[in-house]
Parts: sequence; structure tokens; C-alpha cells
Amino acid sequence: MQFPESWLRNLVNPALDTSQLAHALTMAGLEVEAMVPAAPPFNNVVVAEILSADKHPDADRLRVCQVDVGEASPVTIVCGAPNAAAGLKVPCARPGAILPGIEIKVAKVRGVESFGMLCSTRELGLEGAADGLMVLPDDAPVGEDFRAWLNLDDTLITLKLTPNRADCLSMQGLAREVGAITGADVRLPQVQAVDTRIQDTVPIQVSAREACPLYLGRVVRGIDAQAPTPRWMAERLERSGIRPLLAPIDVTNYVLLELGQPMHAFALSRLNGGIEVRMARAGEQLELLNGQTAELAPDMLVIADASGPVALAGIMGGLPTSVEKFTVDVFLEAAFFAPTAIAGRARRLGLSTDSSHRFERGVDFGATRRAMERATELLVDICGGQAGPITEAVAALPQRQPITLRLARLKRVAGIEMETDQVARGLAALGAHVERQDDRLIVTPPSFRFDLAIEEDLIEEAVRLFGYDNIPAQPPAAPSRMLPQDETVLADDTLRQMLVDLDYQEVITYSFVDPAWETALDADARPLPLANPIASQLSAMRTTLWGGLIETLRHNLNRQQERVRIFELGRVYTSQAKQPMKLGGLAYGDGLPEQWGASSRRVDFFDLKGDLERLFGHPLDTRRGTHSALHPGQSAEIWIDGRAVGWIGALHPRLVQAFDLPAVPMLFELDSQVLSQRDLPRHASLSRFPLVRRDLAFVLDVHTPAGELLTALHEVAPGSVQSIDVFDDYRGKGMAENQKSLAIRVVMQDTERTLTDQDVEDAVQKLVSAALRQCNAALRA
Amino acid sequence: MSFVDKFEIFQITAMRNPNEIVADALNAIHASPDLPNLEQVKAAYLGKSGQLTELLKSLGAMPADERKTAGARINEAKQAVEAALKDRREALQQAELDRQLAAETLDVTLPGRGLALGGLHPVSRTLARIQALFRSIGFEVATGPEIETDFYNFTALNIPEDHPARAMHDTFYLQSGELLRTHTSPVQVRYMQSHQPPLRIIAPGRVYRCDSDVTHTPMFHQVEGLWVDESVSFADLKGVLADFMRNFFERDDLPVRFRPSFFPFTEPSAEMDIGCVICGGEGCRVCSHTGWLEVLGCGMVHPNVFKHVDIDTERFVGFAFGLGVERLAMLRYGVDDLRLFFENDLRFLKQFN
Repeated sequence: MQFPESWLRNLVNPALDTSQLAHALTMAGLEVEAMVPAAPPFNNVVVAEILSADKHPDADRLRVCQVDVGEASPVTIVCGAPNAAAGLKVPCARPGAILPGIEIKVAKVRGVESFGMLCSTRELGLEGAADGLMVLPDDAPVGEDFRAWLNLDDTLITLKLTPNRADCLSMQGLAREVGAITGADVRLPQVQAVDTRIQDTVPIQVSAREACPLYLGRVVRGIDAQAPTPRWMAERLERSGIRPLLAPIDVTNYVLLELGQPMHAFALSRLNGGIEVRMARAGEQLELLNGQTAELAPDMLVIADASGPVALAGIMGGLPTSVEKFTVDVFLEAAFFAPTAIAGRARRLGLSTDSSHRFERGVDFGATRRAMERATELLVDICGGQAGPITEAVAALPQRQPITLRLARLKRVAGIEMETDQVARGLAALGAHVERQDDRLIVTPPSFRFDLAIEEDLIEEAVRLFGYDNIPAQPPAAPSRMLPQDETVLADDTLRQMLVDLDYQEVITYSFVDPAWETALDADARPLPLANPIASQLSAMRTTLWGGLIETLRHNLNRQQERVRIFELGRVYTSQAKQPMKLGGLAYGDGLPEQWGASSRRVDFFDLKGDLERLFGHPLDTRRGTHSALHPGQSAEIWIDGRAVGWIGALHPRLVQAFDLPAVPMLFELDSQVLSQRDLPRHASLSRFPLVRRDLAFVLDVHTPAGELLTALHEVAPGSVQSIDVFDDYRGKGMAENQKSLAIRVVMQDTERTLTDQDVEDAVQKLVSAALRQCNAALRA
Repeated sequence: MSFVDKFEIFQITAMRNPNEIVADALNAIHASPDLPNLEQVKAAYLGKSGQLTELLKSLGAMPADERKTAGARINEAKQAVEAALKDRREALQQAELDRQLAAETLDVTLPGRGLALGGLHPVSRTLARIQALFRSIGFEVATGPEIETDFYNFTALNIPEDHPARAMHDTFYLQSGELLRTHTSPVQVRYMQSHQPPLRIIAPGRVYRCDSDVTHTPMFHQVEGLWVDESVSFADLKGVLADFMRNFFERDDLPVRFRPSFFPFTEPSAEMDIGCVICGGEGCRVCSHTGWLEVLGCGMVHPNVFKHVDIDTERFVGFAFGLGVERLAMLRYGVDDLRLFFENDLRFLKQFN
């Protein structure tokens, strides 16, 4: 909400300068968002009249003017403006004047001495046409200070009001608030009831009584709609951000700003029969003032006549019945529409009007008649005409119930004791009716406050007037209880740090992605679509982290990054009930950063697998599987505790091409929960007996996975076997075409005794025969 | 060489003069180029048939009165040779070690080998910092779903349908009717449903608003905070948040102020401002020349919120707050464009490593 400071000061004038006033408003919860001077600084400019304008003897384009500046004798001013002519009233900068960017001095212009400058709007830094001199109205008082005459020493203040403070959406409400904050006297606008000269009425029938508990109508006949809007009114409207249009409309807008009551004026001759306030009927349409045709819904309140809706109640009037230049008779409307009947409707139609903004938040139902009288008074003053009686349709208006404010509760919530009298005075200054009962106040809020319903609301008002800044900031006292620390759960931050230590850079990508990418990565994916996405490439919820990671890779490849190792810890979304946390990673480019001490090699499957094994702290159970995003020969499913928990592998060549990548990225993704679950360490006694190591080389089919052999060996290994590891995978020279040799290291140790040669021999025999039986793997000769 | 003078007092008779042998031995020892050669020299004088050994063997043939003197002379000669051998051996070993060390010398200015170090995203880094500060005064971390229901995101937080406050939340809806949470406040509600007061939590996480321009991204991060107990007041709220901001920015003298505001789920409600950390309150572009930065919204928990989760409003009071993580990260690290956080340009991200 924007308004000129001068208007507010006209109603309440606290002993504060502009910035102090702004600070007081901000600290009371009416945040001042902007303060702009009505005009840039300049001085020594007066209203002047050009008495004569003669051609300059030595210059075709200049004129020598005799100018009345309100002094005994005219002054000579040389002027180059094409519109300089005798009889015009214009602003004149006197010698010594300082204008934006220039200082005015007495000077000779082509041999003629000039005592000042006649000004255009641009020279004064004002808005408006810049061509030629600024032409002032005929009634401009010659000799008067230009700034004072136009009230330019004014500030346009913009407030960022919260939705609960509808009462401050008017000058009257703001004045009341400033009075309560500062203690200054408030002079609310005086309203004179206009004499009723005619008896004409329009019948009013309210069918939607809950939505419209109060409707006032009045006929005014014989107005001159083209009468000029008075300068003071136009100025206030303009400085409040409303363009003056036509006097009757300006009047309703002025009342809206002054008293906060949205009003509407219908062209009486365009109304067909009586007025009905009712809900719209399915299929009804209305051509609105802004030219838009609204499709009305049954939950929209309308003002209708015999032929159908003529206004969207509380939002916008209809074009066919609007007041125009030649309108002679009008029907004025002032009503109270219930906030719930208006809220959300304008937004649904893509509208936001000064009227709907106020009705949605709550308009003072106790001042409707006053607003009607004010509008009539102004209309008749400006446009003439004769007013009829006010017709009123009233149903059940909202009630303001008394609220009990316990001072003990106030102290408990605020954390500080306040004087009862001070609280009572403050609430009364806000317009509430306050009764004191022992240790409590019984408070009845005024009709213009829609945000005061419970004790806490009053506490807020009391604290607000007391000043939030006057409440001490105290460190709270609380029992010192330690927070639980589950040692078997790895914190996300620790997991992140482990990945950082493994040379991965964390990224955070959007949770919504391009659905085409999702289905490209997983043909079975059914990403949840957004109903109102901001862009098609951000229109569905991700089902995998890989899309964001690949997009990030592309973004960085385009910026000449050649080695990219990134991870993201975040949710994927398959339904409201299923939004699991995943850890996803991508590695691209060289396995190691380019360096002198290691030969260059591209990152591969086993680099990633190794990284994951370091994360888990143990070897991974990876099994061949098929994922549509991954290379079928270089991908595996990750198994933990008998459950598939994720995938690791190279991006499928088809997708490498589709995403236009110069080389293959390696990817992994798994449930982060399985990573964070850790065992509590448990000590086992250390063996005092010697270790025995046996290396066994098996020859087996190239297609038999090492994991199968290891599983077979583990199954039969006696308790003394501590570990079984692959330390070589050999194929090629010396081996048959379809065979490979796996070198296995077996480490044995007993906790009770030294193993005998026979013990070791027996164990090896068991392992060798299991290998042969399960995997057709023979000991290499 | 002092021991040579000593030998001269002895009379040399039948045997070869030990002094001469010693002199020869010393020459050979000093000339010995390496350890194997030195061992040969040792054998030539002190070995089984070495010259001094032979001399000792010849003692038996001497008259008894001479034997003692001669024996002593030969032993002295032997000791002299052994000492010289020891010195030479040590010298050769040292030289050998020096040679080895010289050969093994590295260019220690070359860079180290292996993987580089990754880094945390600045939002994670900031979140970790916020969590650490609140944990230090006993706040636990709680989380909740990002796809939310209307009930948890709005209704339970006292934002009924068509309330103008909903317009402040440009909400993303799923086609199923559920929504992407517009704040982390729903976690408050979920937590209070499953835990009894007293409770003290922060809820960090992603939130979504249907808004995208220079100063808005459709996804960002919030930390919601909640403290419910039998006696926590607005003064406590001010105390905790002022303490937090001063510790977050490591500025004990950071000015803070609280202004009345409106949130449907708190009453009284406040916005918190801090003195501009960019210009120090002088006024700059970042603070719109006000000297103040709006950093969070907060207030005392609205009784209607407590009613939705069956907490006795007469017995318990509480405060809540919500802060924007990217905003704090921008102020802390001088980031001037919000959108950088989600472009994931490695050149940007690595600045925080």
C-alpha cells in the first residue's frame, strides 16, 4: 500500500520526522518498504505568467519574455521553448535556484540579459511530457512557491502490510494505528450526511445473506460525470498509485483509500430492474471493467439485475453497467462481503483488485453507512446531482465477542511484566472496548479488526505496542539433558565427509526434472507430474538422482572440466508414502587427477566399487543384473543382507550418445539408509598362535564370476580360516581361450593352538574339492 | 703417530720389526677403497697366517726373558692395526651411506600423489554449521517428507483454505493433489504428533515455491526450529535467535532487532533483522540501503497449532522459527547470486572446499 505522507499527517501528526515515522511504523509491524520523495530537490521556483513573448533580436529560436513572477514589475527571461507564449502560466526558476543538475544565474543570452529560467517538467525532474514548458492551470497563483503550491515536499511511503492488518489498508486505519503507536491525536475525516432531495431507490434483494450480510444502495441523479476532479483529490489518488479517470470513479476510489471501504458506482440507466446479491449460476459470464470476460462459478458472489450478473461482488464491476462520461444517474453501492465469500476467487480468475484485496482480508462492517455518506458528499460536491435515500439490506453481521486477557498469561508468553493500565490504554487506543477485572482485561475488539479473536491475539497487540525491542533477549534456562547419540547410525554429515575424502564433490540438484530424462534412464519409471511446473524440464519428481548428476556433468563439461566426480544425498519420489533418501554418485574422466607420478587411466567400474567398499567398510556383494540405464556387461546390483539396495555401473552407450557425452560416466545409486546402519564394534580375543598363508591358483571358465568361487570356498571353510581373497585374475598367454586363472589367498589361524600341517592340508583339501564341485575350478598345475 | 715413537725404545732382534709391519698395515688400510678390500687387508695382517699372527707364533722360539717384552710389543702393534681398521671401516661405511643417500635424493618440491579431495556443497556446509550451533544447546534434528499433504503444510498450521496467507506460498501441486512442502514447518506438526513436550528440535530440509527469478529459485532450503516447554517466552525466543546469529556470523556485536509480523502458525509473530553484515549497517545494495537484513520469521506457537496435535495450551507454551539457508550462506560467504547454488558449477563449488 502506497500513500503520501502529507495525507497521513493531515489526520495524525506525531512529532517525528519522516524517517522516524517510518521507523515507528516498521517497528510496529507495518513494514515500510520504500520511501520516495514526491519530487527531486529543487528550490526558488515560483508560479509565473508569461506576459509577452517576443522574438530574440539575434536568434530565431529564442524568445525574449516578460514574465510576471508576482513582484511589482515583470522580469525579462530568454526562453527557447517552442510553446512559450503570452498568457501561459509556467514554473519559473529564479536566479539562485538550484534545479536537478543546474544552478540558475543571471546571464546574457545572445546579448539579452535573462533573469531566470522558465521550466519544463524534465528540468524539474518531474514526470510528464518533456516537450516545452510545463503548462500550469489558469488558476495557478502567480508568485506562489511552486513546491508549496503543488505540495511537492511530500514523501510517497510504501508499506508491506501483512494479511492480518486489513484495517491499515486505509488512511483512516493508518492514522488510528499511528495514534496508538505514538500517542499523537487523531483527527478522523469528518463526514457530512447529504440531504436527500429525491426519493428514487433501486429495490435490493440479498439472496446470499451469509456472503453479503450488509448491502447499501443509493441513487444519485443529475450528475455531471465530466466535472473535473479537484486537484487535491487527484494528487492524493496519484500519490497513492491510482490514476484519476472520471470524477464519479475517482470519488469511489478516494473513499476506498480514505476509509477502506470499496465502493462501486453503476450507471443507473444500464441497470435492468432491481438488484439481487446472489451466488453465480453455472454457465454465467460477465464482461468485466478490464475487458476480460469471466466464466463465473457457483461459489462466486455476484450483483445481478433482471438480465444477469452486473458485477463480481467485491472484486470488479461489469463493463456494460459502468459509469461513463455521459452518465447522468448513478447507483452507488457500499457493502460488506464476508471474507470467506471473496477469498481466492479473484486469484482464480487471474485478478487482484484493490477491492478484492480488502474484502478478502476484512472490511469494517461498522462503517459502511459512513462510507456511503462520504462518497455521496464528495460526488455531489464535485459532480452536482441530487441524492436519494440509502436503501439497506442487512442480515447477521459478524459478532465481536469479548476476549479475556489474563495479565499472568501475558507475562508468561512475553517473558516480561507489563503495567495493566498501560496495556489497557494501548488496546483502547486501537479501538477496542476494554474493561478491567482484577488481574484480567475483558476486551471487545472493534469491527475493523478481523485478526483479534483469542487471548494470544491480544498479547501480540500488547507486546507490539510495548515494543518488541523493549523485551529483553534472554538465554533460556533449561534442564541440561544430553542428546542421544546412536553409535550404530552414521550421521548424514559423516557420510558426506567420507565421500569428500574419497574425492567426490557434493552437488544439490532440483528434485523436479525432465520426465523424458527419467524414462530414458528407466523405461519403467513413472515420475509424478507436477500440476503447475515452472518449466517442462522441471515438471516431474525425480525417481533417480542420476538425471541431475548427468545434467551437472554436462553443465561442467561445457565449462571445460574434464574430470568430474560428484555425489548427491537426497530424496527420490515415487509417492507421498515413498520418498526414500538415496546416495548417488558419478565419476567421469581420469581415475586420478592428472599428475606426474601416476599414469593416466580412465575411471572404471572397480574404482567406483572400491569407493563404495571403503564407504561400507567391507567387501560388497555385487551381482550381475540388468538396468536399462547401464551397460549390461559393466553393471551390477548391490546386495546387503539379502536385499538389493542399489546399482553400480557404466552408463549405457545408448544413453552416452543420447546425452551427447564424449566419454562414459560411471554411476552408482543406493539407499542411503543401508550405508548409515553400522554394527557396534565387539572385541574378540587375539590369537597368540602363528598365521598360516596358502596361495591357491584355480583354473576355471572365464564366465564363472569370482564371486561364485569365493562363495563356494567360504561355505566349506573351517573356523580357522580368517580370510579368503582374490589377489590375481589372469587370462591370456598360457591359458586356454575360454579359461582364466584366479589366485586365491587363504589365511588361517586358530585362537586355541598352533595349526598342524595336517590341519592346513585338510582345510586346503576341503576348499579345493568345493571349488571343483561347485565351480568346476581345478588347481592350476 | 705417537705409537711409532713408542716402538723405537724396543730393541729389535731376531724377528721382523713390528713397527715396519704396522707402518705397512696402516698404509694398506688407508689405501683400501672399500669394505671387501679392507677385509683382505685385515686377513693379511691379523688373519690366521697374517704377518702379525706369524710374528706372535714366532715368540715361542725366543728366549724367555725376551719373550715378554716382544709379546707386549706385538700386541701393541696388533691393537694399533685393529684401531686403524675400525676407523677405516667406519669411514667407508659412512661414505657408502652418503653415496646411497645422495642417490636416493628426491625432488621434494614435486606434488604429492593420489586422489584429490572433494568438497561439501555450500548449502550442506551451512546446514551443518546451523545444526552444530543448535545442537550445542540441546536441539535435536528432525526430518519429514517433502511431498506433503494439504493438512500438514497448511491446515494443521492454522492456514485454512483460501486464507490470504496461502497466496504468500506459491505452492507446487502434484497432479494427485498432494503438494511440495512450502516450508519445513510441517515437520513441527509431525514431530509433535509423535513426541510429548518438552521438546526442542530443528528441522532442516528442502522446500519448494513456484517462483523463479533473479532472487528466487523454485527449490531452496529452510531450517525450522521449535521449542515447547512449560515456560518458554518471547524473551527466550529473542535470546536464542540473537545468540544463534551472533555465533553463526562470529560477531559478538552483531545488531539484531525484532519486528511484529504475521504468520498464521505463530502469535505473537516477528521478523528478525540483523545489522547488514556486508556494509556494517552503513547501507548498501544488499540491505536496500536500510542497514538491516531480514533473516528469519519467528513467533510463539499459535494455540490452534497445539490443538491440532493435542498439546495442552494452558500447560505448554512454545516458540518456532524458520530461516532460509541459502540466504545465510550468501551473507556468510559473500555469494551474490542465489542461482549459483543449483547450477553446480564445479568452479563455484570448489570455492568452499
